[in-house]
Amino acid sequence: MLEIKNLHVTVGGKEILKGLNLSIAAGQVHAIMGPNGSGKSTLSYILAGRAGYEITEGSITYNGEDLGAMPPEQRAAKGVFLAMQYPVEIPGVTTMMFLKSALNAQRRGRGEKELDAIGVLKTVRAKAATLNVSEDMLKRALNVGFSGGEKKRLEILQMSLFEPKLAILDETDSGLDIDALRLVAEGVNALRDPSRAMLVITHYQRLLDYIVPDRIHVLAKGRIVAEGGKELALELEAKGYDQIVKDAA
Amino acid sequence: MSSAAADTKNTVAAIGEKYKYGFVTDIEMEKAPKGLSEDTVRFVSAKKGEPQWMLDWRLGAFRRWGEMKEPNWARVHYPKIDYQNAYYYAAPKNTPLKQSLDEVDPKLLETYKKLGIPLNEQMALAGVAVDAVFDSVSVATTFKDKLNEVGVIFCPISEAIRDYPDLVKQYLGTVVPVTDNFFATLNAAVFTDGTFVYVPKGVRCPMELSTYFRINASETGQFERTLIIADEGSYVSYLEGCTAPKRDENQLHAAVVELVALEGAEIKYSTVQNWYPGDENGLGGIYNFVTKRGDCRGDRSKISWTQVETGSAITWKYPSCILRGDGSVGEFYSIAIANHYQQADTGTKMIHLGKNTRSRIISKGISAGKAQNTYRGQVSVYGKAEDARNFTQCDSLLIGGDCGAHTVPYIESRNPTARIEHEATTSKIADDQLFYCLQRGLGQEEAVALIVNGFCKEVLQQLPMEFAVEAQKLVGISLEGSVG
Repeated sequence: MLEIKNLHVTVGGKEILKGLNLSIAAGQVHAIMGPNGSGKSTLSYILAGRAGYEITEGSITYNGEDLGAMPPEQRAAKGVFLAMQYPVEIPGVTTMMFLKSALNAQRRGRGEKELDAIGVLKTVRAKAATLNVSEDMLKRALNVGFSGGEKKRLEILQMSLFEPKLAILDETDSGLDIDALRLVAEGVNALRDPSRAMLVITHYQRLLDYIVPDRIHVLAKGRIVAEGGKELALELEAKGYDQIVKDAA
Repeated sequence: MSSAAADTKNTVAAIGEKYKYGFVTDIEMEKAPKGLSEDTVRFVSAKKGEPQWMLDWRLGAFRRWGEMKEPNWARVHYPKIDYQNAYYYAAPKNTPLKQSLDEVDPKLLETYKKLGIPLNEQMALAGVAVDAVFDSVSVATTFKDKLNEVGVIFCPISEAIRDYPDLVKQYLGTVVPVTDNFFATLNAAVFTDGTFVYVPKGVRCPMELSTYFRINASETGQFERTLIIADEGSYVSYLEGCTAPKRDENQLHAAVVELVALEGAEIKYSTVQNWYPGDENGLGGIYNFVTKRGDCRGDRSKISWTQVETGSAITWKYPSCILRGDGSVGEFYSIAIANHYQQADTGTKMIHLGKNTRSRIISKGISAGKAQNTYRGQVSVYGKAEDARNFTQCDSLLIGGDCGAHTVPYIESRNPTARIEHEATTSKIADDQLFYCLQRGLGQEEAVALIVNGFCKEVLQQLPMEFAVEAQKLVGISLEGSVG
């Protein structure tokens, strides 16, 4: 589904990703681990198409198409979803209003019929209940005054609502206590599906106790330096990034 | 442009093309001779079949105007206006002084239908009565009879001058004096039409009243005059809309609106101003130089202004409240959007004269392109205004790096018990907000419209429901082409 080859990415003239290779098949969950400054967030942004992130070499192929050439909203319509580390606040726009606008924008982008307000409301309410997203949160302005846990639960709610083909979770565990982490992980696990690929980006091994990946890649200095099964996470936890990076060199 | 971005653009465009009201109605017009003189004033007055007292009032204003200077303190720039190079009266030929709806020229009915304002009472928005002003003349007024049943007078002001001279004499020019300012005095001399409303004691007006102003003729100025009187304990909600054809020339619109609220009365006045703003290079557009003022003359009266200003090349407008009655309340809710080369200098004045008077100002200014947007507001508390209170919140949103937002508050208090609060913020649409929206599938322009609508929400909520949705769309359309 996703094929990244020799990817070089610069941000503000500085090269952050330096020849990254990665491939994920449908139905699989891969994890990217790495120390601070290794390029984890850059990878998530370049996949989502954030302005200011430039591919200087290499390619990203998504379901046979050149992902790098698509504007971000088209990627979203084609099923790319990025659960963000820091979800933004939009004052004055209710969460429900935002969900409806986004869902229908994606449907339009795919040439599908838009859903009416009642249709969206029903779908959202059903999904919200399982993620402990309250009716009150849906009525409040998007992410305004939400706690860290509420913001992350809302990201997972959106993921569940939009039903993406490729879901990227950028440090979804950051700022969560253990109960919130469990709830979010349950939400993610419920979305595991043979037609869906997931890329879980995390700094700590902790999240991977709850979301067990098929494969783990260690990112350091803009490249994948080690790969393995789920046991690699435990090795990392024991040895630390420095040792693994050194071993790989 | 990518196909998704193009799709989004089309969607936004489908809501309304850049300026969908830019067409011209081809209809035979009768005009006054070009230029401005005593003869022009007499011509207008004669056309309206006015009594001598009205003509004298106009002539007095015209003489004073000759001695006045155009104000230059606003933060707007424009070439000198040649007042002799314009028409001051233009009306469809053979418009009688009074006509019923079925006598109205079908071309005019068609024009208003195209503008989304069907004048046929069966097709009209339920619960909204309309006075349709076309250049210098009111061409139709709906639901007049129905309103008459409860004693509400809703008619063109030229008709009121003929039919209700005592009411007009009693109130005209008492809120905005004839010599108030250069543009108001010009208006007093040559005003052509506008709306007159009188709501009798204790009556809650059963419908929304509205006036739709349309400039159609070229090289013609529009000088509307509106007078609304809410007698003791009454309530009325009034809305005005305005559009004009796309033209390379600048046209002058100099209106005067006077509101009088007697004891315990409430007037809610809303404006959706969408005059042609000029093109993306700043060519053409309306000069909107307007004086609007409300007098809370009675105790516990209330006047509330809500405005959505998206059009006009230049906006110079300060809807104000004189809080004369004890316990009276003044409100001003404003959204001013300036895109491309538009200039807006707008705000309000709250003049606290009575005890326990309260005022509230919520202003949202949005600047994009190369536009300049100024909030200018005055809060004055006079010596006898014990326990007066004001709250002002003034937020500016910038889109792109070439526009400007300016806030100019004047605060004066001569009573130590006054409480005046002023909050102001300036922000930009953040890159991360935009990226978040795009990542969730919204196109650039849709995302901007969503964020801006959120920014304006407090004000949009004040509009009558029938118009709030239109206004939201308008906010999006006005900012087309402002990003990327």
